[in-house]
Amino acid sequence: MTTTPKPHPTRRLILQGAASVALLGLGNLPFAAPARAAANDKYPEEAFKQKSEADAIKALYGKTAEPSDKVKLDAPEIAENGGVVPISVTTTLDKVTSISFFVAENPFALAASYKIPDGTIPAVANRLKMARTTRLTAIVEADGKLYSATKEVKVTVGGCGG
Amino acid sequence: MGIRRRDFLKGAGLAAATLGLPRLARGTDTASIYDLERFGNARILHITDTHAQLNPVYFREPSVNIGIGEMAGRPPHLVGRAFLERFGIRPDSADAYAFTCFEFEKSAGRFGKLGGFAHLKTLVDRLRADVGERRSLLVDGGDLWQGTGLANAMQGRDMVEVANLLGIEAMTGHWEFTYGEQALRDNLERFKGEFLAQNVFLTEEAAFNDAPAFDKATGRVFKPSVIKEIGSHRVAIIGQAFPYVPIAHPKKFTPDWTFGIREEELQKHVDALRGTDKVDAVILLSHNGMDVDLKLASRVTGIDVILGGHTHDAVPQPIAVKNAGGTTLVTNAGSNGKFLAVLDLAIDKGKVSDVHYHLLPVYSELLKPDPAMAELIGRLRAPHVTDWSAKIATPDRLLYRRGNFSGPMDELICTALRTELDAEIALSPGFRWGVTALSGQALTMEDVLAETAITYPETYVQEMTGAQIKDVLEDVCDNLFNADPYYQQGGDMVRAGGLSYTCTPDAAIGSRISELRLGNGKALNASHRYKIAGWASVNDQRGAPVWDVVGKYLRSGRMLQERLGSGVMLKGVDGNPGIAGQG
Repeated sequence: MTTTPKPHPTRRLILQGAASVALLGLGNLPFAAPARAAANDKYPEEAFKQKSEADAIKALYGKTAEPSDKVKLDAPEIAENGGVVPISVTTTLDKVTSISFFVAENPFALAASYKIPDGTIPAVANRLKMARTTRLTAIVEADGKLYSATKEVKVTVGGCGG
Repeated sequence: MGIRRRDFLKGAGLAAATLGLPRLARGTDTASIYDLERFGNARILHITDTHAQLNPVYFREPSVNIGIGEMAGRPPHLVGRAFLERFGIRPDSADAYAFTCFEFEKSAGRFGKLGGFAHLKTLVDRLRADVGERRSLLVDGGDLWQGTGLANAMQGRDMVEVANLLGIEAMTGHWEFTYGEQALRDNLERFKGEFLAQNVFLTEEAAFNDAPAFDKATGRVFKPSVIKEIGSHRVAIIGQAFPYVPIAHPKKFTPDWTFGIREEELQKHVDALRGTDKVDAVILLSHNGMDVDLKLASRVTGIDVILGGHTHDAVPQPIAVKNAGGTTLVTNAGSNGKFLAVLDLAIDKGKVSDVHYHLLPVYSELLKPDPAMAELIGRLRAPHVTDWSAKIATPDRLLYRRGNFSGPMDELICTALRTELDAEIALSPGFRWGVTALSGQALTMEDVLAETAITYPETYVQEMTGAQIKDVLEDVCDNLFNADPYYQQGGDMVRAGGLSYTCTPDAAIGSRISELRLGNGKALNASHRYKIAGWASVNDQRGAPVWDVVGKYLRSGRMLQERLGSGVMLKGVDGNPGIAGQG
């Protein structure tokens, strides 16, 4: 996905900005990339089947996360299109081994989970489908512990005032 | 002018519009209310949300503008007497008429219309001349190009000519975007000032396809800021466009661009202006809306003043907001050309040491229209004057729009939609532009267009279930009353005709709207389908433009037979000073 056939400034720019790990969720298939990335690990099938955020976190990690301002979650306050909401996470935490996204109000809360290989800059971007206004949670696994950031993303029918 | 001059004088000496200092209004000429004491070494003049109103207008400020949670009872969420008391304005003064709804009809006869670009030009030139060459700057906060039939027909080109003659040096935008990228860029070619927007970026797809952008590295579509030399100081003006253009309007107008508040990008940019460019002052020219600006001011550091717009709040004094880096002042300068804001800065090397601020009402009867601007306005209007000036109806009551829930102007539009399109319920957008018509003042097509002229005016008729109707009301209501301003889009509640309901503004989304009833008093059934008429949909529609529907209805002469009361009951906001109890 990241191979660039020829140098192209715009293309390079997108790649830099979007994700420094070897995965890029440019398509609307957030599950495909993590599956490939985790080729050596077991695919977290149970976690993806869980409906609630709490159950999905439990199935994926078996423990709970603590909120941290070292996890920087970027997402719009109000989605311009609920079908493709651009989100990204970066962190200053050391020894990051995975980053996962949970959309609380979606039918299945776990949206994507990325394994972060040793020595990789922990920065991930994706686009997620959100059926309605929801809490979005990003979890960073670092040095065996879980750290989280959340943001409310509003999905609205639109229309104006001003 | 005898009586009128006395009226203005009575109001002129009040201590209202500056930080600490009373407005100095002395002398025999009433226009001396525009004689400001000299202060500081840089003057910035700010207009916003004029909505292309070339000629003076009547515009009634809201009697319902509710603040919820932390915003309750704080500017801008004060109306009527509560507003007058908060800002020390005498109830019988011209300023009371300009800034509030207090005794609007009575005062309209005494003080006349406000605004008009020929009058504004006279005032701007005078205030610039007062401080001398290269000591001032004129900026516009957006919604300059939309709001009249003429602006809509010319896609804002009329307003670019007017802006150039007025001398606007920098602007940002909102409705400007609804003409689409090509018209916007064509207009900006002709505009002599700078169009600034730090928060408009190419979508990833558009960047990938090499769409035009000011800065390919960041993806910024427009120049984010400009540094102006005023006297011996460098002042940075950053533009902040309306953050929710593709949500509030059809996405088709801006397919390649993505917006948002973009707090982090803004902070980085401010830091760069301070650290690298070593500017002496940083001003944010914002179309966020006042509640959003107040929150932003508490989180972003390094901005001296936010000159705000969008929510059309005429706030006489800046609100000081503390943040980690110091204090940021937040203003909002009203709408429809009624006001000119004057920001006098005392700038030292690298910092603003003091500020005086005046929000001056543009009393058209106190200002001589500038001949060159009057000539330009006449020339621009000429092709349409005959078509649009025929009287089509004369209302027997005051017609205004502004207010959180409804107003007689929108009641009239809803009645026209229901009647002409044969629907049980009508929905009309909660726009804050659109001027006021006095009782007995004949309406023309130009007046109808001043309430309706947008680039997506098509009407629609569709079926919706009672549950869907409630969902729409809940959704829009959350845009207005979400406890977090960053989740508010500005604007007012969607207007409902043939439908009454109860609203609890401080409840959560899903629980604010209850007791929905049809016009005949029957409760709305969640699963029953109702015939709805409306306009200004973000989805493509094919019906006749709303101005034709309203025009046809008015010509039928039936307009005022129906009762025009508001169908909204409010709950849980007793004593809120954002309610004046009249509409």
